[in-house]
Amino acid sequence: MNLMQAPAAAGESDADLQAIRDSVRALCADFPGEYWREKDRERAYPTEFVQALTEAGFLAVLIPEEYGGSGLGLRAAAAILEEIHKSGGNGAACHAQMYIMGTILRHGSEAQKQKWLPPIARGELRLQAFGVSEPTSGTDTLSLRTTAVRQGDRYIVNGQKVWTSRAEHSDLMLLLARTTPKDQAKKRVEGLSVFLVDMRTALGKGLTIRPIHTMINHSTTEVFFDELEVPAENLIGELDQGFRYILDGMNAERVLIAAECIGDARWFIDKAVAYAGERKVFGRQIGQNQGVQFPIARAYAATEAADLMVQKAAALFDAGHSIGESANMAKLLASEAAWQAADTCLQTHGGYGFAEEYDVERKFRETRLYQIAPISTNMILSYLAEHVLGLPRSY
Amino acid sequence: MKVLIPIKRVIDANVKVRVRGDGSGVETQNVKMAMNPFCEIAVEEAVRLKEAGLAEELIVISCGVTQCQETLRTGLAMGADRGILVETDAELEPLAVAKLLKAVVDKESPDLIILGKQSVDGDNNQTGQMLAALLGWPQGTFISKIEIKDSGSAITREVDGGLEMLEIKLPAVVTVDLRLNEPRYASLPNIMKAKKKPIETISPDALGVDVAPRVEILEVTEPPSRQAGIKVESVGELVDKLRNEAKVI
Repeated sequence: MNLMQAPAAAGESDADLQAIRDSVRALCADFPGEYWREKDRERAYPTEFVQALTEAGFLAVLIPEEYGGSGLGLRAAAAILEEIHKSGGNGAACHAQMYIMGTILRHGSEAQKQKWLPPIARGELRLQAFGVSEPTSGTDTLSLRTTAVRQGDRYIVNGQKVWTSRAEHSDLMLLLARTTPKDQAKKRVEGLSVFLVDMRTALGKGLTIRPIHTMINHSTTEVFFDELEVPAENLIGELDQGFRYILDGMNAERVLIAAECIGDARWFIDKAVAYAGERKVFGRQIGQNQGVQFPIARAYAATEAADLMVQKAAALFDAGHSIGESANMAKLLASEAAWQAADTCLQTHGGYGFAEEYDVERKFRETRLYQIAPISTNMILSYLAEHVLGLPRSY
Repeated sequence: MKVLIPIKRVIDANVKVRVRGDGSGVETQNVKMAMNPFCEIAVEEAVRLKEAGLAEELIVISCGVTQCQETLRTGLAMGADRGILVETDAELEPLAVAKLLKAVVDKESPDLIILGKQSVDGDNNQTGQMLAALLGWPQGTFISKIEIKDSGSAITREVDGGLEMLEIKLPAVVTVDLRLNEPRYASLPNIMKAKKKPIETISPDALGVDVAPRVEILEVTEPPSRQAGIKVESVGELVDKLRNEAKVI
């Protein structure tokens, strides 16, 4: 089933995309490696960077003009995130503000869109937390245990989410909860519903957020719901149809993450080339050695190839096509190209690669995430094997 | 007040410039181009004048190939109101550009012309001065500050010995230096709005300007690569080498 809708004005030209890239690059120049190192060291949220991106309108790129955004397509959003990562920064602190709203946009009522999208476009409301994964169900979404039970004009939510990124830096959370028990659902994929939780009022009233300290500076959390009341009007779309609604949003997310990987890969390659050209050992540049230059050349080729798939997936999305296959392949190939470039860059730098001031070790840790999140490589491979190639289901 | 901002499309300042194989010039094929950094400063200053309520209309103008439209769009995204492209494939020398600009100034009658002090490709540093001469207008070059007053414009220019303060009458030509301001990046909504702003295209012929080059370029070469230096053991040796080898003292 094709759940995609082409954005209203996805007709941006290559010149537009170039102008967007140039502007994002200029913005990122104000946030050099030193800025990101300090945030990383303190595990602090890059508030100033997110503020600058918000003020320049880049996080509202996908929101239609009638709701205050720029109404551009996924290609434009991908270009923005790629440039951020290519500059040495990291878009993970705010990339979800771009796309989580897509579920409201595609499946919310007109009243919900009028109420929520304009303040999200202005950056006054942050919707960049997405409560899906649970301790006992990650990719096995249909087994999630958080429940929402109707009582009068509200739903009562109980349960727990984990790996909810940016919950502490978000005003709203998109929540997936079970509204009909699994054994009573008409179809296997039914029984889950999507809610918009206003965390500003919910905190301390049934909502608890606990940060998880991780290998990278990523502001991820676990979230607990204890008799949390959510107004019934915050149900998005139809009751019990939530699983369907989140799937299409997840494909867009995969393309955008893949674009970030391409940006990472390009940063690593630029950095490796520069270092190989300036570092002299035994009286000559180390880049003169084929043992140093071939891995960089190979990583470059892998990056260019992966980028073709990212561009294809984004273009298909913008043209209104179903992108399960291409989005998953884009994420698979781009995350691996980024990792190949990261490993090559670190090896090129030798011991200096481990020094914080080169930024290589930070980016190395950061880009490793994308073979795991938002979906792990093995799940992509089993998707391709089963749903694209027609092999038997393996799990 | 109407402000005209001539801008130039050059090789991106972050790109390593290479000389063409045949030595006829530098390679511009498949090379990333961008607005000349000094021109960005000029546009930024004009936009600030408009934001301060001192200017009503900002016109960016560029002379050159079709792709200069992209550079004009950048200026429009920064805040200019409309663009003019004097379209030609000819290699333009500063005098030709100054003549083209004068012809447009005669039509548009701006009160102030703000341009970069030079472009980072040719480094000629001539166009602004030639334009002021052709127009017979006062000029302020290498400015690091500008104030618009009733009587005209007060400017601060960077000169070898320090700063020089001048008052010049409008209409005038000013060329901007690096320290005048820090140019903004265009916001996404402004990039999209720029697409709807008008760009008028005119030809040098229509302006009655002969742009034929006056100067012939014989050859362009890479600068010689720098030789390694030497270390001297003592002051005496240094003085000896400076006197007898380098013959500079």
